[in-house]
Amino acid sequence: MIRFLLRRIVTMAVTLLIISALVFFIIKLPPGDFLTNQIAELRAQGESASIAKAEFLIRQYGLDKPAWQQYLVWLGVMPGPNGLSGLLQGDWGWSFEYDKPVVDVVGDAVWLTLLVNLAVVIFIHLIAIPIAIYSATRQYSIGDYIATFIGYIGLATPSFLLALILLYYMNRWFGISIGGLYDPQYAGEPWSWPKIQSLLSHLVVPTVVIGLGGTAAMIRRMRANLLDELGKQYYVTAKAKGLGPTKALLKYPFRMSLNPFIADIGNLLPQLVSGSVLVSLVLSLPTVGPILLSSLKSQDQFLAGFILMFVAVLTVVGMLVSDLLLAWLDPRIRIGGAR
Amino acid sequence: MEAPILSVRQLTVDFSTDAGDFRAVDGLNFDIPKGKTVALVGESGSGKSVTAQAILQILSKKARITNGSLLFNDPSNGGSIDIAALAAESEAMHSLRGGRIAMIFQEPMTSLSPLHTIGDQISEALMIHADVDQATANQRTVDVLSRVGFPDPKRALRTYPFELSGGLRQRAMIAMALITRPALLIADEPTTALDVTTQAQILDLIKELQAETGMSVLLITHDLGVVANVADEVVVMYRGRIMEAGSREEIFRNAQHPYLQALMRAVPRFAMAENERLTPIREVKSASLAAVDAPQRVQPAGPILKVERLTKSFTLRSGWFSGKTREIRAVSEVDLSLGAGKTLGLVGESGCGKTTVSKMIMRAITPNSGKVLFDDGTGRRDVHKLEGEALTTYRRSVQFIFQDPFSSLNPRMTVYELLTEPLRIHDIGTSDERYERVKHLLELVGLDQRALRRYPHSFSGGQRQRLGIARALALEPRVLLCDEPVSALDVSVQAQVLNLLKDLQSALGLSYLFVSHNLAVVDYIADTIAVMCRGYIVEEAPKSTLFRNPVHPYTQALLAAVPDPDIDRPLDFTKLRTGGFSQPSAWPEPFRIEPGEFGVMKEIEPGHKVRMGRLTAREAA
Repeated sequence: MIRFLLRRIVTMAVTLLIISALVFFIIKLPPGDFLTNQIAELRAQGESASIAKAEFLIRQYGLDKPAWQQYLVWLGVMPGPNGLSGLLQGDWGWSFEYDKPVVDVVGDAVWLTLLVNLAVVIFIHLIAIPIAIYSATRQYSIGDYIATFIGYIGLATPSFLLALILLYYMNRWFGISIGGLYDPQYAGEPWSWPKIQSLLSHLVVPTVVIGLGGTAAMIRRMRANLLDELGKQYYVTAKAKGLGPTKALLKYPFRMSLNPFIADIGNLLPQLVSGSVLVSLVLSLPTVGPILLSSLKSQDQFLAGFILMFVAVLTVVGMLVSDLLLAWLDPRIRIGGAR
Repeated sequence: MEAPILSVRQLTVDFSTDAGDFRAVDGLNFDIPKGKTVALVGESGSGKSVTAQAILQILSKKARITNGSLLFNDPSNGGSIDIAALAAESEAMHSLRGGRIAMIFQEPMTSLSPLHTIGDQISEALMIHADVDQATANQRTVDVLSRVGFPDPKRALRTYPFELSGGLRQRAMIAMALITRPALLIADEPTTALDVTTQAQILDLIKELQAETGMSVLLITHDLGVVANVADEVVVMYRGRIMEAGSREEIFRNAQHPYLQALMRAVPRFAMAENERLTPIREVKSASLAAVDAPQRVQPAGPILKVERLTKSFTLRSGWFSGKTREIRAVSEVDLSLGAGKTLGLVGESGCGKTTVSKMIMRAITPNSGKVLFDDGTGRRDVHKLEGEALTTYRRSVQFIFQDPFSSLNPRMTVYELLTEPLRIHDIGTSDERYERVKHLLELVGLDQRALRRYPHSFSGGQRQRLGIARALALEPRVLLCDEPVSALDVSVQAQVLNLLKDLQSALGLSYLFVSHNLAVVDYIADTIAVMCRGYIVEEAPKSTLFRNPVHPYTQALLAAVPDPDIDRPLDFTKLRTGGFSQPSAWPEPFRIEPGEFGVMKEIEPGHKVRMGRLTAREAA
């Protein structure tokens, strides 16, 4: 077990290293960077004072150095202008666009993103699992057809469109302003009970909008998995023992059909951060998605690099978590392996 | 006379499917007397499993009991219930199911949940029906596990099904069925998926437990050998109706119904006369077989295929979290020799290495050491050293027939595509020539040429196996490797395919390596038989010699364990109770082989070789 974990952690570190290199060089691929673009713009306007500041920043952050040196400094293995200070030391760099440290730009957004998406994940499972069980146990019944139909609509509806529609009608019918995650007066305020209440009421619409597609997909997959398992012999055995239908279903086939979803946790975690960019833009949610988009557009390299690395770490950790969970839940993986 | 445990009267079960309604069981009448075993016999699709499911009300959603009664007389309280009148999910039905009537299934592999321990699944059955706490239930589980022969019942509580062998899994199933002390046990093909020695032990166990508890057994099987050995009464079903019913004596001594007589003639038996032919229930005529001349080919001077000291080990990783590996020797110094136009039968139980040997002959796996020598008349060559053109030629000469006719044909290819694929791969003929060749192949195996445009799913198991044979014949091979070609088929169809293989051999001059676990089948088709156990060939002899004078203890056990559909030749259960026949280190001297040793083959009479252990090896040296 310990050996397995150690081996996995070493592979994870190597993977992350490779990802960091890829991320950095892809961000650097287009010619120029945020500051050179800005300088060009300022030159056109003839603002020499700002140009001097930008050029100072270029030197300050070593943007005049070759790309590989910048990468190593960013990573924190080569001393830069501020000595050894990079990702490894916990210094995430400076956002030129916001003119703030990356930590301050991303800080709150990361937590809000996790909150929104966690709500989405819970929503998806709470809605999808009961419907899928209903659908699978009553295959080809009216209820199954209705669930399937709604599921297809959910799959086919673009979430940003749904967001716009809800945005309009929720405001018109209930008077709820659902842009953002809390009412504007709480922006910048410390956390208080009314602010949390406002947050919760704002959370409803994004959760439904972002979760709808996932719910529909999960119903389809769960139903298919469960139908496969319902045909298996051990379920007949359970019924032949005299087990009631509900208990037999939940203890045996349902538990088996969960496996693919546990294996999916690795994909779920990064989705939490980057999955809902469009909807976040439309609903103007203060989450990481829109920040990532704008930072990529403006080549704000440290900000974009950090967000992408954060997603990568979540992916790698998610994979490990799902592997460990699978081994814990499925004895065939824990003990088997040889076959 | 005492009332029977279960009286089935006019039982009718209908299926409603997309293709229309279909009557699976049609007016069935029979009784299961107290303490007796009733065997329900028939081919697949005869409605025997549906009958069992109807008794427990676990029919699939498409099926419904439309008529008749299932009167269950419970000896414990004297009450009498009509099961057919109960709702499937009613309280009364739940308490009967698993409590008073228990069932065991064919596939011990899939009938147990892989995610729950044996202990959990067995004690659950008790806790549903009796008001006991988990500790008591566990204690009872340990008791019943030790009763059904688990070596370490305490540990077994915490093991998972996939950690057990097939035999132990079936024992666990039996324990699960018996822990509630039911009045009636329904056993649906309980031993079909097991090796013969294990089958004999399980049948013995069921008989013993029956004598102990006085329960009745409804045994569902297609194997007349099993019926002859354990049944008191026999009910023969065909297409949902009873063809014949009576005591075992009546049925076997004096079968009346033509269907039953035909069924009996279709099963290979040991006491068959030389050159006696099986009579399939539905004969399939091969239109062109008689007219075919064996292709004129140079015949090799010696055997066409020779295997010398073939050895193969596999490395196993013992678990997910530990990096430890284990070395398993699957095949140990195997020598075989197959004469041109002859059949060599390779017999052994599952996991003995027989399939590994055939794959090494195919050059699908590389051996650790040893040689496979092939001689097509132009001289002997080591198959594993062939390259380029010579290898392609070899691949053409040796073809494979698989066990499972369902998964060995690509469902997305038509029969025409399936049969021409080998020709296309080897770039033989123009498309017109290929078409002619394929038509001829279909005629050879007795299929109509209208089959060409159809897909495999529209054929029955036997027809598919004949397609598999036609595909193997497409390249005009010299040698066919048949890996359990009839194990997945019904008895009635088995005879068809075996006869076809025999006819093809004499018409085309083919040589067969016939791998099977079924001794009677091998006896029917092979000239020489090699018995394999734990990767060793333990005995090899012409078939008449082997059956007349089996010398090795494993061969003897194997022969003793095959149930013969002849009530004058009953199984000797006491002989099989000891177990350990498949442990080379547990064989008596001079056959004992220590782990890591090979022993030697010793010829005891012309053509009859037996593997001896170290003692004799030293004598020989």
